[in-house]
Amino acid sequence: MTDLRNGKDKTLGEILRSQGISRRSFLKFCAATASMMSISPALIPKIAHALENARRPSVIWLSFQECTGCTESLTRAHTTTIESLIFDSISLDYHHTLQAASGHAAEAAREAAMRENDGKYLLVVDGSIPLGNPGYSTIAGISNYDMLMETAKGAAAIIAVGTCATYGGLPHANPNPTGAVSLNEVIKDKPVINVPGCPPIPVVITGVLAHYLTFGSIPDLDHLGRPRAFYGNSIHDRCYRRPYYDKGLFAETFDDEGAKKGWCLYKLGCKGPTTYNACATTKWNDGTSFPIEAGHPCLGCSEPDFWDGGGFYKALSMPTENISKTAVYTATGALAAGVALGTMNQNKKNKAHDSHSKTTVSDLEK
Amino acid sequence: MINTNPDTAIFNIQNTDQLTFNVIPLLHEVKHALNNLIENNDTTVIDLRSIPLASGEEDNILNILGQGEVHAQLNTLGPSQIIESQYSGVWIITHYNPDKEIISRFIEITTMPDILFSQKQDIPDSLEALTTTVSENLPVKPSSTEKQS
Amino acid sequence: MTEIEFLGWVRGTGFQLATVIFIAGVIIRLVEIVMLGRKANLAEPGGSEMRSGLRTIISRMIPDKSTFQRSSFTIVSGYIFHIGLFICIFLFAPHILVFKDITGLSWPSLPTPVVDAVTVVTIISLGSIMLHRYQNCVLKFLTNTEDILVWIVTLLPLVTGYIAFHRIGSSAPGLIALHILSVEILLVVFPFTKLMHTFTIFLSRWYNGAISGFRGVES
Repeated sequence: MTDLRNGKDKTLGEILRSQGISRRSFLKFCAATASMMSISPALIPKIAHALENARRPSVIWLSFQECTGCTESLTRAHTTTIESLIFDSISLDYHHTLQAASGHAAEAAREAAMRENDGKYLLVVDGSIPLGNPGYSTIAGISNYDMLMETAKGAAAIIAVGTCATYGGLPHANPNPTGAVSLNEVIKDKPVINVPGCPPIPVVITGVLAHYLTFGSIPDLDHLGRPRAFYGNSIHDRCYRRPYYDKGLFAETFDDEGAKKGWCLYKLGCKGPTTYNACATTKWNDGTSFPIEAGHPCLGCSEPDFWDGGGFYKALSMPTENISKTAVYTATGALAAGVALGTMNQNKKNKAHDSHSKTTVSDLEK
Repeated sequence: MINTNPDTAIFNIQNTDQLTFNVIPLLHEVKHALNNLIENNDTTVIDLRSIPLASGEEDNILNILGQGEVHAQLNTLGPSQIIESQYSGVWIITHYNPDKEIISRFIEITTMPDILFSQKQDIPDSLEALTTTVSENLPVKPSSTEKQS
Repeated sequence: MTEIEFLGWVRGTGFQLATVIFIAGVIIRLVEIVMLGRKANLAEPGGSEMRSGLRTIISRMIPDKSTFQRSSFTIVSGYIFHIGLFICIFLFAPHILVFKDITGLSWPSLPTPVVDAVTVVTIISLGSIMLHRYQNCVLKFLTNTEDILVWIVTLLPLVTGYIAFHRIGSSAPGLIALHILSVEILLVVFPFTKLMHTFTIFLSRWYNGAISGFRGVES
């Protein structure tokens, strides 16, 4: 316990050095982070200085209605990446999947971290919160909502990781049986940094952490609470297949000539044009590729309600409902109505014609 | 060689054939920065990723700057190349990840990039390590390539 | 309502509503017009109604010399924006997908930059037509609220489409949703305004030609 305390009192720079990370590596990390977050390179020395002298931050990670895919995404980098540097240097005081403790000991660790770092710890949440019935999802007998509100109170910053925590995600999908909501819908008094994606890109989390540790503030967010540095461009705008879209060259099926030639996947339902994320630039699996590069349209997983977007393989411009059916029914009904109205008009005309009486000279003399 | 292949340079985000015509303005910026280095001894760093460039244009800039006298390689979290261009005072710094993909690239206008200096923070550790080595009285073997007295 | 929910609505319920109003409105109006009928003409026909009618549908595409000289601006810009609208609506790949989804029919598209350029030309010609309308005192006198309404609902899909394509000022889902909404407004307004000329133009041209044909004179 004493050792752990000492560890927490160390600065990030000291921890990194004790792990054998040279300062040059650290400078390289700072330069790459600045570049990724679109921070002016003039600020790199400032970032380095601030991060080096930052105290090891305490992080409490709460998992609610989720699939642990977000944690997998963040912990499965195969190589020593720059993002793993930051992960290694935080003090992850509570995380269901990763912590050794269980049961009461685990909850005690969370309570201790909250007490010792009141107002200073970072709260990371993945998963949505069920409001339908508190019993739908509980941890140690505490409902997700209660645990979130209790832990959020003393948090310095709150990061919602993954689409479930940011917009409700799969649990929120129609018909939303648990009444799942996002963090934003229950936390009103603090800004929530949204890092959507199913799962999100690991480097975004590091970027947010680095930004927080450097500037003591949260990064510039867009209207959906996402860091602009990573969610500032649509997949479509950064897609290497974009020139094919512009030329009108599309894959019509998954195995036609166009698909083999790597043409645009718009017609196969790609949601790239309406999806804001960094996949096309940072890529996945240690920079190997991203879904479109692998030949599959973007599902739009970092946008709200992507499960209910009318089908993953339906082109974005297509209506989501069966309009042909509507059109046929409407046309049939309208034809009948038109004939009925036409007949009424004719009857009216005939009646007018029949009741028409000629004006005679005697009428005029009256 | 500097990796400018757009397929492997992952942060080289411009994949368009359309030229952005940013090459000349960027070189002018480098020129002004060099002047600033002479007059005020100010270092300037330009993040190449922050400027929209077609893939051919980045090659173009690197070709124009060319390679000068210094070519250093760092081995930290994947390789990094620090090259002084043929214009003294203009450095090109490219950081790669362990998979040799570019993670960032800067043009630095300075007498010596910070990252090349031995870092003060690392020196106490190296002193400690060397002290340990010496105090352990290791038998010193003459190496095959170098004679030691 | 988030912009994605908005997009979901215009692609779903909104599209349904607009389709119902558009199709019902157009069909009822056309059926009513056709069923109005005409009094039987008891005179001896001077020629074929049908042939003259069909010929007139085509021949009225080409303005006669004096008409052209009198209002060349209206005719030229009218042609430009009608052809432009046709290209924008029917030859842009994402739009073709809408028709494919509804009718099952598909046809080749034009490259996106071409459609983009045509959109700009069409917007400019629509703008200049309104300007012309207010500079010419006769046209100005004849202009009523419906003319302005029809002009706006025709222009809006072009402008919102252009903005959505270039993502000006906001993010894509909201802009695309606005574009689809503007088209739905056009569809809803369509049957109740002179936009009906899209269909009635052929009826009326045929009828004009048929009258002349019956009388045995050139139309």
